[in-house]
Amino acid sequence: MFADRQNKERIIRLIFLLAASISILILSLIVVFLFMEGLPIFREVSIRGFLFGREWYPTSDPPDFGIFPLLTASFAVTLLSAMVAIPLGVMTAVYLAEIASRRVRQIFKPVVELLAALPSVVIGFFGMVIVAPYLQRTFDLATGLNLFNASLMLAFMSVPTITSISEDAIYSVPAELKEASLALGATHWETIIRVILPASLSGVSTAVILGMSRAIGETMVVLMVAGGAAMIPTSIFDPVRPMPASIAAEMAEAPFRSEHYYALFATGMVLFLFTLVFNVIADYIAQKHKQVGAATL
Amino acid sequence: MKKAKWLMVVTVLLACAGAEQVWAGTIKINGSTTVLPIAQKVAEAYMKEFPEVSIAVSGGGSGNGIKALIDGTTDVANSSRFIKGKEVQAAVEKGRYPVPFAVAYDCIVPVVHPANPVKDLTLEQLKSIYMGKISNWKELGGVDKKIAVISRDTSSGTYEVWEEKVMDKERVFPGALLQASNGAVAQAVAKNENAIGYVGFGYLNEDLKGLTVNGVEGNAETTLSGKYPVSRALFMFTGGWPEGDVLNFINYVLNPMKGQKYVKEAGFVPLY
Repeated sequence: MFADRQNKERIIRLIFLLAASISILILSLIVVFLFMEGLPIFREVSIRGFLFGREWYPTSDPPDFGIFPLLTASFAVTLLSAMVAIPLGVMTAVYLAEIASRRVRQIFKPVVELLAALPSVVIGFFGMVIVAPYLQRTFDLATGLNLFNASLMLAFMSVPTITSISEDAIYSVPAELKEASLALGATHWETIIRVILPASLSGVSTAVILGMSRAIGETMVVLMVAGGAAMIPTSIFDPVRPMPASIAAEMAEAPFRSEHYYALFATGMVLFLFTLVFNVIADYIAQKHKQVGAATL
Repeated sequence: MKKAKWLMVVTVLLACAGAEQVWAGTIKINGSTTVLPIAQKVAEAYMKEFPEVSIAVSGGGSGNGIKALIDGTTDVANSSRFIKGKEVQAAVEKGRYPVPFAVAYDCIVPVVHPANPVKDLTLEQLKSIYMGKISNWKELGGVDKKIAVISRDTSSGTYEVWEEKVMDKERVFPGALLQASNGAVAQAVAKNENAIGYVGFGYLNEDLKGLTVNGVEGNAETTLSGKYPVSRALFMFTGGWPEGDVLNFINYVLNPMKGQKYVKEAGFVPLY
C-alpha cells in the first residue's frame, strides 16, 4: 500500500519532469536545426565577410552575402524604438503604480495590456496606411516607410511589455521603504525618484530588455513599414531592412538548400544570438539586483 | 422524396467505389514559384472535375523543376524561362526529351501614383531609376520630388523578369524599397505620390497608373504580339510527348474555357 503510493508519486513527478523537458527539447531541436541549415553558408563566405559585407545581393550572379546593412538596420530600429518606448513605458508604470488612484489603475492597466494583444499585422497595417502618408507629407520625404515609422510602431508593441512588468516591480517595492522616506520629510516626487525607482531597478531593467527583445525579433511590422532598402541608414527617415524582414520576404522563394537559403538561416542564427544575449543580460540583472526584503537597499 | 435520398446515397457510394478502382492517376508537378499559382488553381479545378486523379504541386524554382524532370522525379516541370542548352543535353543523355508548352504570359507593368504627370518611360530610363542614377522626377519631366523606388524581393519571379528585361545585368541599387508581394507594391505606390514600382499585369487597378514602356502599353494584346518589352512566356515541360493523365492535364491547362481562365485569375496573361 505504502510502496504503491510512493510509486504513484514517482510517476507523477516523472510526468511533470517530462512536461518541463519538452519545451527544452523543442528549443534545442530548433537551435540545432537553425545551425545545421545556417552554417553551410560559411563555406561560401567568411564569417567576417558575412557579418560586415555591405552588399546583400543573394540572387545575383555572382551573389553577395553581406548582412551588415541588415544588422545596422536591426540595431537602429531597436535603439530608436527603445528611445521612445522606455520613457513612455516606465513613466506609465510609475503613474499606474504610485500616482493613479485604485480605480484609474484598474481601468488603465488592462487597457495597456490589451495593446499587447493587438496583432502585429494590424499595427503594421496602421503604420503603412495611416502613419506613412502622414510622415511623408509632414516632413516632405520620398517615402513614409522608413526607420522612424518602424521604430514608432515597434515602440507601440514594446510599451505594454515594459509597462506591465515595470509596474509589477514598482508596485512590489516594500511599503516600509516608501513610508520611511516620507517620514524623513521627502516629498512624493523625491520618494519615487530616489527610493522607489532604485529599489525596483532590477524589475524595470528586465522589463526594458524583454520589451526590446520583442522589438528586435518582430517581423511583420518591420516587413510592412521599414521600407526594406538594404542599405546602411544615414538619417532616421531612411528606409531600412532589418534582419527579420529580410528573412520573411525572401525565405518563401529561396530554392531549398541553396546558398541563399543557407544565408537566410545564418541571418536567423545571428538574430537568435542577439535575442539570446538580450535575455541573458536581463536574467543577469534580475539576479544581481534582486531586491530581497527591505534591508538590502 | 425518401427514395430520392436513398438513390443519392447509393450513387455516392457507387461513385466512391468507382473512384477507388480507377485510382491510378497521380501527377507530380514541380518547379517555378511564378507558375505555382497557376498550377495550383488549375490542379484544384482539374481534381474537382476528375476526382480519380490526384495532383501534387510543389514549387522549388524553375531550375529545380527541370532538374526533377531530367531525374524523372516529376511529371511536369513548371518553368518561368525556356530550358537551357545544358539541361536539354543532360536530359537527352538520360533518354528524356523535354517538351515545352507555353501556358501563359507574364507581363510586368511599371506603375506610379495617379497624380504623377509622367506617362511614359524608356527601358533606359527605368534602368537608370532602378540603378539610382536618376533620383528626381524632375529629370523625367515630372515634379521636383525625390523618386521613391520600390522593388520586389530578389527571389520573386516578378523581380526576375525585371532584372532580365529592364536591368540588363546591372544591380538594383540598395536604396530601393522592398515589398514582398505584388499586392504590397500596389498598396505602397497607391499611397505615395513619389513612388514608382512594378507589378504583374493582373494587379493594375484604379489607384495605380500604369506607365507605357518605350511608348507601348503593357496589356494582353501587346504582350501576346511581343511588342511590350517587359514580358515573358511561362512554360510547363513534360518528359517526352505527354500521355494519359498528363496529356489530359496539359490539354486542360491550355483549354481557353478551363485552364486559361485560371491563368487570368492568377494575374497572368492567358494565351488567347
